[in-house]
Amino acid sequence: MSVKLTEEMLSALPDNRGHFGVFGGRFVSETLMDSLMILEKEYLRLKEDPEFQAAFDKDLAHYVGRPSPLYFAERLTRETGGAQIWLKREDLNHTGAHKVNNTIGQALLAAFLGKKRIIAETGAGQHGVATATVCARLGLECHVFMGAEDVQRQALNVYRMKLLGAQVHAVESGTRTLKDAMNDAMRDWVSNVDDTFYIIGTVAGPHPYPLLVRDFQAVIGRELRQQALEQAGKLPDALVACVGGGSNAIGMFYPFLTDESVELYGVEAGGHGIETGEHAAPLCAGRPGVLHGNRTYLMEDENGQISSTHSVSAGLDYPGVGPEHAWLKDVGRANYVSVTDEEALDGFRTLTRVEGIMPALESSHAVAYALKLAATMDKDQMVVINVSGRGDKDIHTIAQIDGIEI
Amino acid sequence: MSRIEQVLQTLKGQGRKALIPYITAGDPHPDKTVELMHTLVAAGADIIELGVPFSDPMADGPVIALACERALAHNTSLRQVIAMVKEFRKDDGRTPVVLMGYLNPMEAMGYEAFADAAADAGIDGVLTVDLPPEEAEDVAPLFAARNLDPIFLLAPTTTDERIRAISEHSSGYVYYVSFKGVTGAAKIDVDEVAAKVGHIHELTALPVGVGFGIRDAETAAAVGRVSDGVIVGSVLVDTIARNQADTDQLKRALTDLLHPMREALDSLAS
Repeated sequence: MSVKLTEEMLSALPDNRGHFGVFGGRFVSETLMDSLMILEKEYLRLKEDPEFQAAFDKDLAHYVGRPSPLYFAERLTRETGGAQIWLKREDLNHTGAHKVNNTIGQALLAAFLGKKRIIAETGAGQHGVATATVCARLGLECHVFMGAEDVQRQALNVYRMKLLGAQVHAVESGTRTLKDAMNDAMRDWVSNVDDTFYIIGTVAGPHPYPLLVRDFQAVIGRELRQQALEQAGKLPDALVACVGGGSNAIGMFYPFLTDESVELYGVEAGGHGIETGEHAAPLCAGRPGVLHGNRTYLMEDENGQISSTHSVSAGLDYPGVGPEHAWLKDVGRANYVSVTDEEALDGFRTLTRVEGIMPALESSHAVAYALKLAATMDKDQMVVINVSGRGDKDIHTIAQIDGIEI
Repeated sequence: MSRIEQVLQTLKGQGRKALIPYITAGDPHPDKTVELMHTLVAAGADIIELGVPFSDPMADGPVIALACERALAHNTSLRQVIAMVKEFRKDDGRTPVVLMGYLNPMEAMGYEAFADAAADAGIDGVLTVDLPPEEAEDVAPLFAARNLDPIFLLAPTTTDERIRAISEHSSGYVYYVSFKGVTGAAKIDVDEVAAKVGHIHELTALPVGVGFGIRDAETAAAVGRVSDGVIVGSVLVDTIARNQADTDQLKRALTDLLHPMREALDSLAS
C-alpha cells in the first residue's frame, strides 16, 4: 500500500511556510511570529554551516555517546519464531533516551541566537531531563513545564531535573498532562520572547520546529541504515517505533522514506483500547485540526474541543502528533497502529526477561507491536525496533501496577 | 460599509474613542451571556468582543483560561455562541459583535458552515488568535463574501513589513496587543504603547484598538488618548468569576467597571 516517495518530493517538504501537504504550518499568536521567522532563517542558514554541523556531531559522539548500537536480539527472535528482531539502542544515550539528540541541537541553536534562558515542556520527563542536562552543561537558566499529574507519575525524573538545576513548574490547568504543559510553555514564551529559547521536545509545534527536530533526530535512521548494511548486509524489512508526538519515529523513518522495500510502523498508545475512547491515538482514531501551532491529526470532540487522553506512558499521553506523520499517514507511506496499555506492559516484561533490556513504557509499545509483526514474517526478514528510552523511570509505575510499594 | 466601520467612523466624527469589552460566551452560564451583552451595551460598550471558549487557550492567562473552563463545563459550543448572538440581535441591531477565539472549533465546524451561520446571526467580525494572515487564505474569501470583518492582531514584536501586510488582510480595525505576554498580565507601559500605536497609524489607515492590560478608567484614558479604541477583557472576566452566583450583582459590578471607563474616554473628546 505504500507509495513511492522520491528525494525530489521530500526536499520540497515542508514548504517555505512549514506545510507537509495540508498539515503543519504556523498557527500562533502574532507576538511569536517574529521569533519563529528569525529561528527559521537562522536554522536554515546553520543547517548548511559546516561549523554548526561539526559542533553537533562532536557533541553527539563525545557527550551523548553515539552511535548507539544496533543489537541483534537473538533469543527474542528465537522465542518469537519469525523475522529477525534487532534493536536500535537509543536507551543507551546519555540521559537514557533519544530526546537528547534534539536538545543538543536546539541548545546549540540557542547559543548561536544568544538566548540565555531556556524553557521546555515535558510529559514523561525524558525531554525535561535532556533539556536540563544540556542547560547544566552550558550554564543556561532552565524552566521545565510539566503537567501536575505527570509530576506525580514521574517523580524520579522530576528530582533528576531539580538536581540538574532546572526549575520544574507543575501545571495544574486543563487535564494536567503534556498538552497543558505545552500551553504553559507557550504562555511563558510569549511573555519572555526576547531572552528565551523554547526547546520543543517533539516534531510538533509551529514551523520550523517539526523540521528542525526531525533533522536533529534523523541521526537515528542514518546510523541505522549504515549499521544494517554493515551488520546484516541489507536494509531492514520493517521499522517499528512508538509515536506520541513522534520524534523518535520520524528520526528513525526519515532516512528510509524513499526505500520502498522498508515498511514503516508507528505505534500509538491504545490505552484501555481504541473502542473505549480512552487512548492517545490521534492517527488511528482522530481527525485533522489545529493545536499548538500546527495542523495535524487530533483527538477532539465534535465541537473542536481537545479531548483528554489516556496512556499508561506519560510520554505518549498527548492528543496530537507531528504533522509529518499526519502527511505520511495520508500518503500511505507509513502504517499507524496501536497497542493497549496491557500489551505494552507485556512487551516491557518480555524484553526485560528475555534480553535483559528494560525499555521505557513508551518504547514498550513499539516492542509489543514488533513482536506481533515479527511472528507473521519470514525468518530471513529483519525487523528493527527503536528502543527510544530506558525503563528505569517507569519502575515505580510498574511496581504500582504489580501492587508493590517501593 | 460594515457595522464595525460605521460605528468607528461615527465615533471618529464625534472625536470619541471606542470602548470594546470582552467576555467569554457561556461564562458563568450559557443562559446569561445575552443578558450580559446587553448590560455591556447599557454601560457604554460600542463593540462587543465575544470569546468562544476553547479547551487550550494558549494565548490567555489564568483569568480567561478559567472562564473557558467554566463555559466548557456547560458544553458551550461554537454553534451555541453563534445562536447567542442571533438572540442578542433581536433587541440590538446596532452594536457590532466580534467573535474572538481559537481556530480549532471553527475548523471542526467547517469554515463555510461557520461563515454562513455567523453572517446569518448578525456577527460582524472574527478574530482568531492563532490564525495569522499567512494561514488565512482559505477563510478570507469566505468572510469577504459575507461582509465579516477579519480582525488580526498586531504585537510589539510585529515588524513594519508585517504591519503593512496584516493591515492589508484586515478590515474593521486592527487589534494591537499592548505587551509581550498573555491576557490579564499587568505590565502595560503606556509610553511604549503610544509610540508603537503612533507608528502603526503611519503604516495603515485602519482604526487601531488596543487591548491587554487595560483595567480601569485611568489606563483606558491613557490608551484611549493614543488609539481609536480600548479593549477590556480580563478585568471584566475576573468580575464575572467573583460574582457568578448573583446575576443582578454581577450586572451592577460590570456596569460599575465600564461606566467610569466610558466617562474617562468621553472626557478625552475634543
